[in-house]
Amino acid sequence: MPNRETASETHEAPLSPERRVFLTKISIAMSGLAAALVGIPVVGFLLGPLLQSTAQIWRSVGKIDSFQIGTTVKVSFLDPSPLKWAGVTAKTAAWLRRNGEDQFVAFAMNCTHLGCPVHWLQDADLFMCPCHGGVYYSDGQVAAGPPPHALFKYPTRIRNGEVEILTSAVPLG
Amino acid sequence: MPKILKQFIDAFEDRTGLIAFFDGLAKHPVPPDTGWWYVFGSATVVAFMIQVVTGMALATSYISSTGEAYDALNFITTRALFGNLLRGMHYFGASAMVLLVGIHMGQVFLMGCYKYPREFNWLTGAVLLILTIGMGFTGQLLRWDQNAVWSVVVAAEQSARMPVIGPAIAHFILAGKTLGGATLSRFFAFHVFFIPAIIFGFVAIHLYLVFHDGISEPPEPGVLVDPATYHARYEALIEKDGVPFWPDAAWRDAVACALVVFAIVALALIFGPPKLGAPPDPSMLAKDPAPDWYLLWYYGALALIPPGLTNPFIILAPALGLGTLFVVPLFNRGERHATRRPWAVAAVITIVMMIGTLWIEAKRAPWSPDFAAKLLPANVIASTQPDVNQGAALFHAKGCEFCHEVEGFGGHRGPNLSDVGDRLTHADMVIRILGGGHNMPAFAGALNPADVDALVAFLQSRKTR
Repeated sequence: MPNRETASETHEAPLSPERRVFLTKISIAMSGLAAALVGIPVVGFLLGPLLQSTAQIWRSVGKIDSFQIGTTVKVSFLDPSPLKWAGVTAKTAAWLRRNGEDQFVAFAMNCTHLGCPVHWLQDADLFMCPCHGGVYYSDGQVAAGPPPHALFKYPTRIRNGEVEILTSAVPLG
Repeated sequence: MPKILKQFIDAFEDRTGLIAFFDGLAKHPVPPDTGWWYVFGSATVVAFMIQVVTGMALATSYISSTGEAYDALNFITTRALFGNLLRGMHYFGASAMVLLVGIHMGQVFLMGCYKYPREFNWLTGAVLLILTIGMGFTGQLLRWDQNAVWSVVVAAEQSARMPVIGPAIAHFILAGKTLGGATLSRFFAFHVFFIPAIIFGFVAIHLYLVFHDGISEPPEPGVLVDPATYHARYEALIEKDGVPFWPDAAWRDAVACALVVFAIVALALIFGPPKLGAPPDPSMLAKDPAPDWYLLWYYGALALIPPGLTNPFIILAPALGLGTLFVVPLFNRGERHATRRPWAVAAVITIVMMIGTLWIEAKRAPWSPDFAAKLLPANVIASTQPDVNQGAALFHAKGCEFCHEVEGFGGHRGPNLSDVGDRLTHADMVIRILGGGHNMPAFAGALNPADVDALVAFLQSRKTR
């Protein structure tokens, strides 16, 4: 077993108080700098999605003739820039209503109460939310329940005989 | 003991001091007669360790990719050796952890163990409760079925209600502006790295403080906590009647922890893991997302509060509820025994009853339309009149039955209409159907006059038999 008492007797003279303060400060400063050098890219990486703008893309959801006037149907389309590994999660949907020859309205599927997917009941002409019972009329206006406002809408247009929807961020409250 | 082994142990101890360190911890004196109420902290740690061990095993086969996680979980559940059991243990371990944290906090509160000098340990426990709930929620999302996908959306929506920073938090949760390839890996990282790392740190601080402040003595009525005298009284008690933690007190912890493990394994064997729902395709909309049982009561509360108060509730209720936990240590003196603290007992009973009631209501979910409601059977319609039968068909087709019950069939969102013919006149019914009101949509645009006549005929035939 080593002689620890002997080892301790070989210590150099104690540091002066000023030097201790200096060494304390430089230790804290160096450690803080090192932590920042590691921490900034880590935090930046985590917050990256907040800073990236999402491109909006017009996605075709079908030919005009495939939608009947006065009906609402679910249409599926891809996110604006899906990652390769997103799989089926890259898909999204909207409720598309054809009101006239060239008049289409695309409603977001999210209930404006808490974001659950609303169901379309063709015979009742209503959207209903399964979570907390929000109800909307066929024009997206609130009919009953807790939703604070009408269903969000996506921009639509017609190009080359096809109905297109402008992809958007998940609509938030 | 063989000489060479003793030499090895001596050399190890000389270089580490760990044997003396752990021996000191194990044999440190604790108050006598701590009893079975003191086992829940240890039991919670054991439940957490089960989560760590089963989680590490599951992580070897889980793929945190939105495109592959669902299939990987299917593989783990149906084909991997012991995969089904491990998933079940992980699920019931999480449930046990939430339950045991709650019981432990209730016991500490009711026995006044959080009072001087253990206030900081209460605070670390409150943080651990929040982290445990965070683990539960992120873990539920890793199932990455349709329920998980929509739960992420609901979580983002709720976060977005926070003033100023809400949308940023929502996009942080989604890992972008939409659900996508980056969403799941974010939750995976939080579930297996970030939150567990913080839990390990806080458990270490929590246990350090247990040893630093000593295990609190069982409370006695009339014995008050006074910072000026507490330490002297506690040390005198330990000196006079203290017993070594191991085995005098720790044997109960060992037994309780073993029982927790037995229960978790048994539940996993009997019930298995939660079933995976439909694949995580956000374009499939036939889903009613709901959280696991430990957050279901909050989900129910969101349905029951007046719609106009939803946003303030989402922001203020968690802040007030959790904030209260951090205020508790301010009441750090005086009586510890529950019989002398009726308000403390009333608070615990109120919280348990509130959560229990909301949980039962959320399980019933009477506010949700019953989309599975079938056309009323002939014996319920009980009429040969064509208009009544046509009205019953419309009652189903137009969605009335999703919200209204008739003789045990249909939803519970609106009033039970089994005897509505006794309550409302023909005119009342027409006005109500066409104009809506009282949280019911107006059907004027969805019914022609003949439909209204048939529907009213059916409803008028609903009388007490």
